[in-house]
Amino acid sequence: MRTRSASVLILLPAIVASLIFVYGFIVWTGFASITSWNQIKALKNFLPDFPIVGLDNYVSLFHTPRFWPNDLVNNAVFTVGFVGLSIVVGLLLAILLDQRIRGESFFRNLFLLPMSLSYVVTGTIWSWIFNPHTGINQLLDPFGFGAFRRALLGLGLLSPLWGFLDALHVNIVRPGLTADPRAALGAIVLAAVWQMSGFVMAMFLAGLRGISDEIREAARVDGASEVQIYRHILVPLLRPVLVSVVVLLGYISLKIFDLVFVTTRGGPGVSSDFPSIFLFDSAFKGNLWARGAAIAIVMLIASAVIVVPYLRWQLRQEGRP
Amino acid sequence: MNTAPRAQEIRLRVHPARVATYIVLVLLAILFLVPLYVAVVGSLKTLREVNTTSIWTLPATVDLGAWRSALQPPLQNSGGIASGLYNSLVMTIPAVVVSSFWGSINGYVLSKWRFRGADVVFAVLLFGMFIPYQAILIPLVNLLQQLRLYDSLLGLGLTHIIYGIPITTLIFRNYYASIPTELVEAAKMDGAGISAVYRLVILPLSIPGFVVVAIWQFTNIWNEFLFAVTLTSAPTTQPVTVALQNLAGSFAALYNVQMAGALISALPTFVVYVLLSRYFIRGLLAGSLKG
Repeated sequence: MRTRSASVLILLPAIVASLIFVYGFIVWTGFASITSWNQIKALKNFLPDFPIVGLDNYVSLFHTPRFWPNDLVNNAVFTVGFVGLSIVVGLLLAILLDQRIRGESFFRNLFLLPMSLSYVVTGTIWSWIFNPHTGINQLLDPFGFGAFRRALLGLGLLSPLWGFLDALHVNIVRPGLTADPRAALGAIVLAAVWQMSGFVMAMFLAGLRGISDEIREAARVDGASEVQIYRHILVPLLRPVLVSVVVLLGYISLKIFDLVFVTTRGGPGVSSDFPSIFLFDSAFKGNLWARGAAIAIVMLIASAVIVVPYLRWQLRQEGRP
Repeated sequence: MNTAPRAQEIRLRVHPARVATYIVLVLLAILFLVPLYVAVVGSLKTLREVNTTSIWTLPATVDLGAWRSALQPPLQNSGGIASGLYNSLVMTIPAVVVSSFWGSINGYVLSKWRFRGADVVFAVLLFGMFIPYQAILIPLVNLLQQLRLYDSLLGLGLTHIIYGIPITTLIFRNYYASIPTELVEAAKMDGAGISAVYRLVILPLSIPGFVVVAIWQFTNIWNEFLFAVTLTSAPTTQPVTVALQNLAGSFAALYNVQMAGALISALPTFVVYVLLSRYFIRGLLAGSLKG
């Protein structure tokens, strides 16, 4: 009994901090989002003492085209592109590195290197690569890539595809890249995939190394080719890792701010705008604090939908022997 | 059965695949290095070269002018990341030390002095790691303003300590789970209490855990931008990420200075990564709950 109270006492600062700064602050934000605190006036005390207006901020938010449909659709498109491509690249890297190659740790460290960099650093460098006048076009056009791209964009057969990608702001075949509203979001996806696919690789590689060699041996004895072993045995066994990867990348994607802020700041226009940028502009630039709080709550709900079931699953799994 | 042709067949079948594996790996490695190439090459160019060449060409000579300008621009009040570097350093190091020890103590109690409800406490703490920080940002700014900690390195450092609790606790909890409970039990038999066991048994075995957590926290706090840009506003308190972002704004056309700024601000975490990548990867995997 004594040790229990000692344990709780030691954990108390962390528990109290968490109750105030995580849970209390979420409630605070929720409360602020139903007030009319949309002015420059600073708060006199610790709570926003403004008239309560119910869901008005949410209603007006969802009647603001910049937020709905633009920002929410952008974030959904970005999430699908970023999570999907990161998994494809990360899985490819993991399988390549799983072949007992020489210099494995060199390659692994190289592919993971972007993870150690700030999105601000990444964004600064990539925005120059995407710059239509000094960047990637200057590298590829001398090889005839510009003409190839024009021919591709001119193909009548593909025009529905281009129209679709243009509408989603991800048509990176367009040479304008971050300067072209039809391509800007796609360019950010590429930079984000560069930064995060090493993480996916590390997760999958750890997963592959956790699978016992006997399973591979047994499949080899049965005459399965290496490709078949990966396709039908190893990759399906990675499903729990895949769930973790999807949830963690999804969480990152739903709150992403710095990379967008540095590369396009949501532009051109609002073509690569995200809820996080809109929140920053509303609250910190426009003093629309209640609206900012409402955006924050929408973002919280979106990520809680994927994170909470995942945490329950993880913690329950941990309880098992 | 004759085994000779079979062995040859395997060699023939395996060999091209292996060559292809290396070719694909090397190509991907080159692709991954493109941004670093661009940054290094660009940062070594002179103003004249910036205006006449694309970012892909090599500089005629190695010129460190852009590196100097990125740190302290010749024009007054036009930014520069030297003060940002200093601010990040004095804010990050204490925050890393405090949050590592705090996480170590929490993780120790949660894994070696388990009590009824310990799992609930852990879950309650852990959730704080998976919220978008936007959801607590507005009250945080308000509180820091009320406490006169807004726009101060102390306020920003405390923020990183508080929101670092879940990850540091998680990594240490997983780490301590690998220390045999028998060691702790033996010390308890000898009459050691909760703090004596920590000091005498756990702490001496904690160094690898501290390395993992410290690297993780250092990288995250150094690289962080959302708190940095919303909780500080004066150049005297801005951390390096904000200073770099401002540099990108004030030198809109000069990619050499921007690239140099990006490299300088990445250097600390880059060096830590190169020297201690093994621990970095461990923290990465621990952070995804898979200890």
